[in-house]
Amino acid sequence: MDRAEVDARIRAIVEPFNKKGTEIDEDTTFAGDLEFDSLTVMDFVAAIEDEFDIIISMNQQAEIETWGNLVDAVTETQN
Amino acid sequence: MSEGIDEPDRPEARAGEGRDLFSKFDDLIAMREGLLSTGQEDPFNLVMEKVLSPTRAICNGRDTILLGTYNYMGMTFDEDVIAAGKQALEDYGSGTTGSRVLNGTYSGHKACEEALKEFYGMGHAMVFSTGYQANLGIISTIAGKGDYIVLDIDSHASIWDGCAMGNAEVVPFKHNDIEAMDKRLGRIPEGAGKLVVLEGVYSMLGDIAPLKEMIAVAKKHGAMVLVDEAHSMGFIGEHGRGVAEDQGCLDDVDFVIGTFSKSVGTVGGFCVSNHPKFEIMRLVCRPYVFTASLPPSVVATAATSIRKLMHGSNKRAHLWENSKRLHQGLTGLGFELGTKEPQSAIVAVIMPDLERGAAMWEALLKEGLYVNLARPPATPANMTLLRCSLCAEHSAEEVETILGMFERAGKAVGIV
Ligand SMILES: Cc1ncc(COP(=O)(O)O)c(C=O)c1O
Repeated sequence: MDRAEVDARIRAIVEPFNKKGTEIDEDTTFAGDLEFDSLTVMDFVAAIEDEFDIIISMNQQAEIETWGNLVDAVTETQN
Repeated sequence: MSEGIDEPDRPEARAGEGRDLFSKFDDLIAMREGLLSTGQEDPFNLVMEKVLSPTRAICNGRDTILLGTYNYMGMTFDEDVIAAGKQALEDYGSGTTGSRVLNGTYSGHKACEEALKEFYGMGHAMVFSTGYQANLGIISTIAGKGDYIVLDIDSHASIWDGCAMGNAEVVPFKHNDIEAMDKRLGRIPEGAGKLVVLEGVYSMLGDIAPLKEMIAVAKKHGAMVLVDEAHSMGFIGEHGRGVAEDQGCLDDVDFVIGTFSKSVGTVGGFCVSNHPKFEIMRLVCRPYVFTASLPPSVVATAATSIRKLMHGSNKRAHLWENSKRLHQGLTGLGFELGTKEPQSAIVAVIMPDLERGAAMWEALLKEGLYVNLARPPATPANMTLLRCSLCAEHSAEEVETILGMFERAGKAVGIV
């Protein structure tokens, strides 16, 4: 699966969590721009894990700050 | 406030100096100040001037019923427990001044471990200086680099800190969600070591885990299982061994973590296990090695208390009656509780927000009742809770008195 497809699929997942409809680009941050709290993060990560049948451990999550980081990390698991 | 008064208090930013490391706490400081400026009594600064019994104390000058301790079995003033502690204090002195692996293991520590092995019917027991350290030490030591820890998202801070201290990959799942746990275990790379960490009773809402189903799933994936039974020891299960005993799956638990700071009525923590290599933990577990052992009087009181808890079935029955009556009574008054049915000795009352939670806490204190105020981030789903924990020494009449206090305070604050 290429990066653009991963991006598109995560975009569909994030929609219900993006309560304010914030415009998302590569540099959008989850804690800052999207105002995700820890509970939202857990549900969002679980939805991505189920969609791609992967695990994103807390250790990996700690490295993910922006939308671009997330798409990169998930793309890597698909190759 | 005029600028003239404001100005001198403001720290001058001097070139070349770092910023105040405490500035990260500013939001919390402001929240506390906001709460206390309304004249609210500080919920996190209560002083017990005198302790009259396991269920009563003089708090901030008032005679108060205690409904917010973890003294579930009321062992703190047990005659035999006190006598054992006094004797050990006289015979062995006030402290060991050393680590368990150097000069800090006395016969009392071994006797305490023997009592635990008998209590749980397990081959090995290791006593730590606190339950916090038991979780910290066991989890961080057994799950290493390349291993996976799969744990419930509502786990106690000591479990999270044990995960943070080690090098394993940490994978949380939604509270008590068997399917979510199953899926995550199934995705762990082949060959990696797996540790599943669960609790018997979750102390914020007082709900229990479906351990039998969860442990079966963990075993299907070849994981080892650690269960923290801090809030069930002495009370739940036929012999008071906890939720795993009650659900008939204790034999499948690889490690039970517990504490002396709740039903046992003193301080300390432990891990019991049947793992054939368990004793090596004493040499490799840093929170066991690099801290002083418990004082002789503490292990003597713990061992005596643990042995008495083996025969505590009458007390267990009375504590269940108390929990059921309080749960039913509060539900009848219109309070929203953390569980539909009473599942443990903890009954959590859900407050609409922190302000009214704190007001209710204070109204109860003025009535002469102490409960625990729990607030985010320690609580699930950012709830504010008034956590009530019952004691086997609360009389049936006291529970009725408590319900009356809740009714008056709840009406005064406008919650029911
Ligand atoms: C679930 C759980 N585990 C561990 C602990 C730690 O116990 P201790 O008070 O002995 O450090 C506690 C108590 O705070 C707890 O609630």
